[in-house]
Amino acid sequence: MARAVTRRRKTINTALAWGIGLLIFFPILWTILTSFKTEGDAIAYPPKFLFFDWTLENYAIVQERSDYMRYLWNSVIIAGGSTLLGILVAIPAAWSMAFVPSKRTKDILMWMLSTKMLPAVGVLYPIYLMFIQLGLLDTRIGLVIVLMLINLPIIVWMLYTYFKEIPGEILEAARMDGATLKSEILYVLTPMAIPGIASTILLNIILAWNEAFWTLNLTAAKAGPLTAFIASYSSPEGLFYAKLSAASTMAIAPILIMGWFSQKQLVRGLTFGAVK
Amino acid sequence: MATKASRSAARLMMAPAVILLLGWMLVPLIMTLWFSFRNYLPLRGGDLGFAGFDNYVRFVTSSSFWPAIVATLIIVVGALLITVIFGVLLALLLDQPMWGQGIVRILVIAPFFVMPTVSGLVWKNMFLDSVNGLFAHIWKFFGATPVEWIIHEPLLSIIVIVSWQWLPFATLILLTAIQSLDSEQLEAAEMDGAPALKRFWFIIIPHLSRAITVVILIETIFLLSIFAEIFVTTAGAFGSKTLTYLIFQRVLESQNVGLGSAGGVYAIILANIVAIFLMRIIGKNLDA
Amino acid sequence: MNTTMRVLLGATALCMATGMVQAETLTIATVNNGDMIRMQGYTPEFTAATGIEVNWVTLEENVLRQRVTTDITTKGGQFDIMTIGMYETPIWGKNGWLVPLNDLSAEYDVGDILPAMAGGLSYDGTLYAAPFYGESSMVMYRTDLMEKAGLEMPEAPTWDFIRQAAAAMTDRANDINGICLRGKAGWGEGGAFITAMSNSFGARWFDEEWKPTFDSEAWLNTLTFFKGMMDESGPAGYATNGFNENLSLFQQGKCGMWIDATVAASFVTNANDSTVADSVGFALAPDNGLGKRSNWLWAWALAIPAGTQKEAEAKQFIEWATSKGYIEMVAAKEGWANVPPGARISLYENPEYQAVPFAKVTLDSILSADPNSPTVDPVPYVGVQFAAIPEFAGIATDVSQEFAAAYAGQQTVEEALAKAQQIAADAMEAAGY
Repeated sequence: MARAVTRRRKTINTALAWGIGLLIFFPILWTILTSFKTEGDAIAYPPKFLFFDWTLENYAIVQERSDYMRYLWNSVIIAGGSTLLGILVAIPAAWSMAFVPSKRTKDILMWMLSTKMLPAVGVLYPIYLMFIQLGLLDTRIGLVIVLMLINLPIIVWMLYTYFKEIPGEILEAARMDGATLKSEILYVLTPMAIPGIASTILLNIILAWNEAFWTLNLTAAKAGPLTAFIASYSSPEGLFYAKLSAASTMAIAPILIMGWFSQKQLVRGLTFGAVK
Repeated sequence: MATKASRSAARLMMAPAVILLLGWMLVPLIMTLWFSFRNYLPLRGGDLGFAGFDNYVRFVTSSSFWPAIVATLIIVVGALLITVIFGVLLALLLDQPMWGQGIVRILVIAPFFVMPTVSGLVWKNMFLDSVNGLFAHIWKFFGATPVEWIIHEPLLSIIVIVSWQWLPFATLILLTAIQSLDSEQLEAAEMDGAPALKRFWFIIIPHLSRAITVVILIETIFLLSIFAEIFVTTAGAFGSKTLTYLIFQRVLESQNVGLGSAGGVYAIILANIVAIFLMRIIGKNLDA
Repeated sequence: MNTTMRVLLGATALCMATGMVQAETLTIATVNNGDMIRMQGYTPEFTAATGIEVNWVTLEENVLRQRVTTDITTKGGQFDIMTIGMYETPIWGKNGWLVPLNDLSAEYDVGDILPAMAGGLSYDGTLYAAPFYGESSMVMYRTDLMEKAGLEMPEAPTWDFIRQAAAAMTDRANDINGICLRGKAGWGEGGAFITAMSNSFGARWFDEEWKPTFDSEAWLNTLTFFKGMMDESGPAGYATNGFNENLSLFQQGKCGMWIDATVAASFVTNANDSTVADSVGFALAPDNGLGKRSNWLWAWALAIPAGTQKEAEAKQFIEWATSKGYIEMVAAKEGWANVPPGARISLYENPEYQAVPFAKVTLDSILSADPNSPTVDPVPYVGVQFAAIPEFAGIATDVSQEFAAAYAGQQTVEEALAKAQQIAADAMEAAGY
């Protein structure tokens, strides 16, 4: 049921929204544009917006210097793996919190979230020593585990808010029909929660993709993801805006494209049960 | 009407997540506590013995401690204010009918995908730099002296960068909440002749309170531990050192793990104070 | 089991062992400076010659330092070779964390390494890291602007002359600053510059009892002079300028003079990047007539963490990368101006290299820095722009942040020095000095 709106108002809305949208997007656009400039053009005054000698040389230099695909692949595995593992652990927990709540459910949820507030650097040495003992340094599996643990509270909470929206009567009905707990979760609950699970996965892939402390400090040559790739382009000697922009564009492009294609699902997931 | 059986099943299902998180929290926590009472200096050969409360006293009496707490709170509160206020306004705007709504939403959502390191570097070098930054170019174009953002407005610079990253998140949650608002109620109010401001204040804001709560909660969790944005912009100079950054300096730059661990314990205390505060003030909003 | 079997088995084992050696891969952590990136590009040559593969972990300086320090102190064993500097090497060597490089081949010719470099990369007379390139600092100036100002740069200027020349060259209307210097917080950035400068003012970090001396007249003079000169003739926002920022300012023609690392000479004279490439002159870093100049000494060097399984291969790599042969290869392919400088005596005896305009002044700068006696008054530490003790990096980062706040006008020079004294005294007490 659309509200009746004058054409004039719609035009004003459109102009305003596009203006603000472009303003917010501008830093990314500028980075992408700069990545196609020469280093000289990148710092030119007055700044060159579109009329400069477009060049791909920055991308060529970056690709020649570092094996982008290897970093990309590590990012995909680490972000994807940690999210999937987290989902597997979180679904039963969120289910039980949502459908068999106890007095402490809220406290447990809050406590889980509060574990995210500890400053990571404070425990770098303990974790590093543990990783040495376990032989997990510079392995993808090690990072998958750490990132899974870091994001688990968010995953549990998002799933919990989803599951809570599912009316309990449906489960009752299924139970009456003789469904076991397992089939209840598998055949009744999960299909209904698929949109929620999908958006949880998306959000957590983004969070894991952008995590830059553990992924830098626990890797060396083998398991480094794109955050480590970026760390070799920030402030080298000499002019570097264009090369930095090219590396940045390469680092954020995959996740940006994924995010854009799946933004509808993501938007639903971002509600965090904020909508009643 | 949960049965006893389903209760114990529920506990069983919760167990993996709880045990994992308990381990993830307790093991480092205990190690942090242990180290905080030790004289642990990796570059001097490691653990040099019991230190009593020395590390705790030293960390608090350092001239950087209170400024760091203040800077942390300013950044968290500043970024929260900006993202919530602009988030509400932006969400209201995006809820209006317009052409190309999907594309605008894509534009607005984009900063959320950018790695903190990248956004810090891009903002610092390409926008805030007082010689080659775009802002300096704009200032020069209008004949003004370029502002040295990183030097004179370090906290503002960091708040702007962080807000830019988190505004999409706030906007999207608030937008979803607004879309669920019963438009008949609004139209009725409109017909009753209630002015726009009144409608906003008495109908929309109360409706959004729950969503705002969620935004504040989630953002606080992430903002308390921001690091990369400071590391690549001011590197802690000009009074922009947060508690997290101070701990980083103690652990990695001074290589004093005992002192840093004591700082870690303070950070945990601060996080818990903030968490309790948040629960008291807004936790109720999450029920219902 | 008869002998034949045993021999056969042994041979198989040997084959397997050599097979493993051939497939050996070294993991090397390095900094993302230009010369290292060039070295990365030549890795295939090394692999072709030795059959050893190389995996590079290239990181920005600060991140690299954190990463390798964490790994070496915990014996994480993630790297077979680490790129470290003159600050880390003696400390790590003392702790026994590095493989001594005392058995390098005769062909490598350890004696050819510049004594100042070898000295700074040794502990107790044993070399622990091989210099890939070395640097001091010097004055780089615009010959055209100097001429326009009606002045002539002496070979060894004083600070008073520098200040006077800076004021004369400054032309704010045309965006020309008389002098660009590092003010950026960080012990390796502005901290290094002001420490080296303070040496020429007769200041020192610690007295012989390890007491910090920021309350001294000499430090007050250093900071007052620096801030006064930079406020007069420096670029806006110099409190955030480090090596990189100044390099791009100079390349864009916005600086009359720049006192910084000698390696910068090849960047500012490279016409591809620099708009002022053909009008750059060089001079020794300034002094105050007290017997010490304000130039530092630094080397990026390759070291092998103790406990690596691949010590022999790692040594092979180090011998390759820091050899005379490597320098000749780079010279043949990219010209003499692009070879890694400051590490070997033979490089400066080479007539072809002597033709490079900054070769002589670089060598003179390196030779005039003495890490073992860096200051006018005696000190208990080694190092020109740093003190090679584990606590230094932490203290100097904090101190340089206070200095940067003073440059930015957020506090006075006196306040900054008082805070610096406090910070340093606290930290030294905590460390048990």
